[in-house]
Amino acid sequence: MPAAIEVESISKVFKLFREKPSSLKARLISSRSRAEDFWALKDVSFDVREGESLGLIGHNGSGKTTLLKVIAGIVRPTSGVVRYRGRIAALLELGAGFHPELTGRENVYLNASFLGLSRKDTDRVYGSIVGFAELEDFMDNQVKFYSSGMLVRLGFAVAVHVDPDILLIDEVLAVGDESFQAKCLGKIRGFQKEGRTIVLVTHALDTVRQVCDRAVMLDRGELHAEGAPIDVVRELRYALLRRDPGFVPEEGTKEVELSSVELIREDGSVERPVRVGEDLTIQLDARANRPVTDLVASFQVLDSANFPVADGREPIGAIEGKKRVRFALRHIPLVPGHYFVTVGLASGESGRVYHVQTQRYWFEVVDEEGRHEAVELSVDASVEDL
Amino acid sequence: MAATAAVTERTSEPPKLRIIPRVREIVACREILANLVRKELKVKYTASVLGAVWSLLNPVVFLAVFTFVTVVLGNNIPSFPVFLLSGLLAWNLFSVALGLGARSVVDNANLVKKVSFPREILPLSTVGVSLVDFALQSSVLLLFMLVTGFGFRASSLLLYPLAFVDLVVFTVAMVLWISALNVRYRDIQHLTGLALLVWFWLTPIVYPGALVQAKLTSFHGFDAWNVFLLNPLADIVFGFQRALYATVSPNGRAVLPPVSTAWLAGLLLAVLCASLLLLSLTWRLFFRMSGDFAEEL
Ligand SMILES: Nc1ncnc2c1ncn2[C@@H]1O[C@H](COP(=O)(O)OP(=O)(O)OP(=O)(O)O)[C@@H](O)[C@H]1O
Ligand SMILES: [Mg+2]
Repeated sequence: MPAAIEVESISKVFKLFREKPSSLKARLISSRSRAEDFWALKDVSFDVREGESLGLIGHNGSGKTTLLKVIAGIVRPTSGVVRYRGRIAALLELGAGFHPELTGRENVYLNASFLGLSRKDTDRVYGSIVGFAELEDFMDNQVKFYSSGMLVRLGFAVAVHVDPDILLIDEVLAVGDESFQAKCLGKIRGFQKEGRTIVLVTHALDTVRQVCDRAVMLDRGELHAEGAPIDVVRELRYALLRRDPGFVPEEGTKEVELSSVELIREDGSVERPVRVGEDLTIQLDARANRPVTDLVASFQVLDSANFPVADGREPIGAIEGKKRVRFALRHIPLVPGHYFVTVGLASGESGRVYHVQTQRYWFEVVDEEGRHEAVELSVDASVEDL
Repeated sequence: MAATAAVTERTSEPPKLRIIPRVREIVACREILANLVRKELKVKYTASVLGAVWSLLNPVVFLAVFTFVTVVLGNNIPSFPVFLLSGLLAWNLFSVALGLGARSVVDNANLVKKVSFPREILPLSTVGVSLVDFALQSSVLLLFMLVTGFGFRASSLLLYPLAFVDLVVFTVAMVLWISALNVRYRDIQHLTGLALLVWFWLTPIVYPGALVQAKLTSFHGFDAWNVFLLNPLADIVFGFQRALYATVSPNGRAVLPPVSTAWLAGLLLAVLCASLLLLSLTWRLFFRMSGDFAEEL
């Protein structure tokens, strides 16, 4: 099957002026050589298959928007080629292609014409655009009086009604309220079913995991990771942590080492998701490269927002050779989602760190089928005569 | 879709303008052009109480002022309103398009940075706006001429379409050039205002062309008249005046330069050729620069 979008060693260099000479005088005085090259994209290559939903993630300024603009033909790449098949609709940032002085209705027509719809075609879908955006009462108001959420609603509604083969979405969903976000995700799922191709830029990593088939991570303009959403998202979290000057993924004196770490489900599996209410065992194997007398093992579980949700420590004492520690987490009451585990070995007396692996391991918690409560509450019911 | 869907390619290549395919592309986007013209008109007129009346007010005020001036100076030209307006409306088309057009790309930064479409549409839409103004003003002029019983002369009226095409081609060429330059050097838009002021007085709109010819033909032994004719707008305005005002010397007073209609037609054809040449140059320039608009704004 042909790729819907082929991105082939795309680079984009922006000229950065200390102060951009935007007048003749300034241009005459400062020579062009004062411009510095800034590589917003550096040799980025990947394919998006037809019907695939690709999540494009990365830190602020990593080049995601620039890449979408290159694909959409708004900026020219400095080198490389992008090829795509079919009609593209790009939804870049808030209020793209809207004019504040025009009414909602006029903007729908303007916007639709940018996306290649004729007036007649727009007439035909106008009703359902307005219906989708739920802005029936506002269509004759000028767009400058719209809230950001309303702008996004209208923009998204138009973009999904022009019948694109490829939909590029940059960040816009985050502004909508919960119900509209759900509606958009529903529409995106519908698009997926119809075999359309989607590239979704977002900082909402959970959305990427829920929606996308694959993800690509950019880091300072370079392709840093590509693959299954969960892996790429983890890589991004890792990279985020690494940005933190205090963060080291793995450190310690290695006098005692973590030789193996496993997260074991009730049935002995180490892979499948954990169901709410099940047990999970964190099993650490410690190997002493030198005998120590005051070893302490510890762990911490963090949710996807980096918030600690559980921890524990267990003194082991003297060690020569190998020992195994098990932390059994009973009846996991966590909300469904992804959790990351930090494990460590240290000295109980001096606090000296032998070996720490930060957020190296992860597990997913899912609802039991037919259960929808976020946490299990034990309820005592009673009836009495009055 | 797979097999049938067209493949689009985005490359770094500095695009070379191929006129015919590009025209086709722009025609395919005529809906955008229409919407942008509609938008410009709306933005221009909705916030004002009088709306489109403004576009009619301009020639009326001009007419009042210059009638006053010419009466005071005693240089009264027969049927002065028709004389003035036939040139002024052409000038207005040019100056409104250029004045708005200079800012057309910069003012629409929001669109340029976020939507992809042939950028020529932005300056073209300002030409569209001034064409609408021109049509409005012309219909009033026509009405005036019919009501006052000012006749037409068929042979000179033939110059009208030629002069009009000249005017539009030359305006489009200039607007493309100015709007692209203004993205890089923002003072172009102020410069344009100034240049238009000078240009207006270099164009025989309020003073009679015959006078210019008489004074310049041997200007200190130098034929400055031909230099004066190098101003394409002077030629175009002569064309409009000859087409509508028709008579070279009403009541025995020479107002329009005493050249034959055929000669004027030849001049306008030359202007057309020059304008088309200019258009192909400025369009190329615009096209080359337009690839960088999104990142320069
Ligand atoms: N027109 C421009 N001129 C100069 N530099 C630019 C231009 N556009 C973008 N950049 C730079 O390119 C880099 C990438 O920007 P981009 O908007 O693609 O980031 P992003 O990944 O979308 O970030 P965010 O998550 O904040 O939206 C940034 O450092 C930005 O400063
Ligand atoms: Mg961005």
